[in-house]
Amino acid sequence: MDTAFSSEDLKFQLEVREFISNNYPKELKDSIGTKRKTGKELSRDDLMSWHKILGKHNGWSAPGWPKQYGGAEFSPTQKYIFEQECARAECQYIMPFGVNMVGPVIYTFGNDEQKAKHLPGILSGDVFWCQGYSEPGSGSDLASLKTSAVKEGDHYVVNGQKTWTTLAQHADWIFCLVRTNPDAEKPQQGISFLLIDMKTPGITVRPIKLMDGSHEVNETWFDNVKVPVENLIGQENMGWTYAKFLLAHERSGIAGVARSKKALERIKQIASAEMSYGEPLIQDPAFKSKIANAELELSSLEYTELRTLAKDSAGKGPGPESSLLKIKGTDIQQMVTELAMEAVGYYANPHLGTTLSNEYVGPDYATNLSGSYFNFRKASIYGGSNEIQRNIIAKMVLGL
Amino acid sequence: MNFDYTEEQTLLENMVTSFVRDDYDWDTRCSIVKTEEGWKEENWKKFAELGLLGVPFDEDQGGLGGEATDIMIVMEQFGKGLVVEPYMPSIILAGGLISKLGSADQKNSIIPEIISGDRRYVFAYAEPQSRFDLFDIKCSATLDGDNYIINGFKSVVFGAGMATHLIISARTDGDQRSKSGITLFLVDIKSDGITLQNYPTIDEYRASEVVIENLTVSKENILGELGNSYEAIEEQVDLSTIAICSEAVGILQVLKDSTNDYCKNRKQFGQSISANQAIQHRLVDMMIEYEQAKSILYMAITADLSNSDERRKAASAAKARIGKAIKFVGENAIQLHGGMGVVDEYMISHFFKRATMIGILFGNVDFHMKRYTDLTQSNIQSINEDDGINLS
Repeated sequence: MDTAFSSEDLKFQLEVREFISNNYPKELKDSIGTKRKTGKELSRDDLMSWHKILGKHNGWSAPGWPKQYGGAEFSPTQKYIFEQECARAECQYIMPFGVNMVGPVIYTFGNDEQKAKHLPGILSGDVFWCQGYSEPGSGSDLASLKTSAVKEGDHYVVNGQKTWTTLAQHADWIFCLVRTNPDAEKPQQGISFLLIDMKTPGITVRPIKLMDGSHEVNETWFDNVKVPVENLIGQENMGWTYAKFLLAHERSGIAGVARSKKALERIKQIASAEMSYGEPLIQDPAFKSKIANAELELSSLEYTELRTLAKDSAGKGPGPESSLLKIKGTDIQQMVTELAMEAVGYYANPHLGTTLSNEYVGPDYATNLSGSYFNFRKASIYGGSNEIQRNIIAKMVLGL
Repeated sequence: MNFDYTEEQTLLENMVTSFVRDDYDWDTRCSIVKTEEGWKEENWKKFAELGLLGVPFDEDQGGLGGEATDIMIVMEQFGKGLVVEPYMPSIILAGGLISKLGSADQKNSIIPEIISGDRRYVFAYAEPQSRFDLFDIKCSATLDGDNYIINGFKSVVFGAGMATHLIISARTDGDQRSKSGITLFLVDIKSDGITLQNYPTIDEYRASEVVIENLTVSKENILGELGNSYEAIEEQVDLSTIAICSEAVGILQVLKDSTNDYCKNRKQFGQSISANQAIQHRLVDMMIEYEQAKSILYMAITADLSNSDERRKAASAAKARIGKAIKFVGENAIQLHGGMGVVDEYMISHFFKRATMIGILFGNVDFHMKRYTDLTQSNIQSINEDDGINLS
């Protein structure tokens, strides 16, 4: 048993750290910092500019992609280090829809034309993707989806509604699961995987406001949308296979250990500035013990992730244990956002950055901390709710 | 022993219930919180007509002479409608301070105006450094002839934007964290020297930062004794804490019942999600938490609130226990509603947000657990083996 990084890995860590410190734009840091303080939403530029910089550096925007498609082809350990360093420096995270989701599907199941057409834009960050999976009424039971695609000549005609389409307001393309065979024996068998240009006539995107007032997700409507047949990935009615492959990719990094560590550090800073019983809050035994508890949970999870990583590096592949990472990872994210909200006492109340107020009140660090607690309730629901993840473990790991 | 309401109390409950049902349906409430003012003055007039603004005041002042149970009845129903008009801040807390401390003249001139709805006082107590300690006050009042000059900053004053007057706690003597030397001042909110920064809160109520610069207040507008108001502040905040616990219990009932209904109706994998035992047990635990919350509230309102130690214990016990219920019932209500739980459009998230913010108001779970512990666990005697206690 040896948990130390090899000398090559340590060299790599230093390289990443230096690259970030020399290349992460100060303007981006400032822009995101200001928006955080004033409760404003990030722009497409805020979301993508770091991606674009990484895209010009040895494929670092796509850490897991093979070199032949322009990716960095990091080892699992390198991927882990890279993610840790980005979180440590509080870099804007890379949108997962292109790089982690549709990209691997395209290079694994797509044809040469599709690879040539789509992979470069994903890598460079010039093309913004979103995901068209969930529908009203089919959340965790994804295979019950109803959006239909009917082949007419050299087009599919798509009709239906997707929901929870994250950041569709910025998206150039959407990858969709659609029903091409309504008569299939099992619901999973009649599904296909389509790439759709968001500029195609008949697509309407409507914002869904989340409970913190943020606009991250949308409803996306398809009304007789004509999609060229060459945008079908792989074979018709085989979409469920590709979707399952994608879900396995989505899991990597889902624990968010490095980000949660950073957030805990920040809470300690906040708790040093906030007063409680006339002393800094960080000295309050009850609060301190909650911080310690979160750290213990996080340490355990970090080692669970490292154990998964070691297995992965040995070529055994991530199994259904990744459900454990999702459950505990989101648990801890929620624990951390709650602690942050709790730290600021009454200053959890102001809702800044809305049209109803131009006032910016309270300490800068307090802005939107309650919003973030409320927003992160989504984490135990999305990507397969934590109840569904427990079902997966029960069935696949415990054999129940 | 019974936990039944009197006939008058049942009438009061019916009246508030029908106000919420008829005048405060969900769409109406949503349109009110989107307005610039964030409340509807007409509703305040309606409260006056219904006699609600007089509930806690003495009958000889024109009030109803209501007690903790009556206040609970109003607040619980307001909770079910998420009523945003500043009833607790103005009527229970500020009104309570004036009833408790006001001179005969002050009471005679102010309380009838409060009951008629023409004046609204709110109490500016919190400061950026004070967290939940009501005595931690930097705001200062210094004597200048027959006046006091007040300077300071008050944080997150609920309902200030809707108020006509403020009660300000300021230090006339003592250190920042001394319980003596605290004086209350009654001031017109439009006075020179008061600047409000108004903003919406995350749960769609309204609050303000109050900047006080060289505010001149005459001696006559001191409420209560000079430098000796802490006990009364603590008492009225305890009673207000019990009031918001009542609001929370109303909200928890909505969260629990709506989640039950949702789980019965929501179908996944060909069946209602409530067919899963994992979901059933969660719903059962939510129900148990709700019942425990309601019970501790009943404990608090039936305690001897005129005894200050009993009152302190009751308020902290209720707030700490109900705070835990808020987290469990609230978070699970959202979780079981899935995507519908996290959106603004569906009502459940609004109930969760309000309940969570009640959890912070007047002290969170940690604060009240500590206070309750300090009040109750200091005189534990060591085990005397002769007493025959055997824990083995």
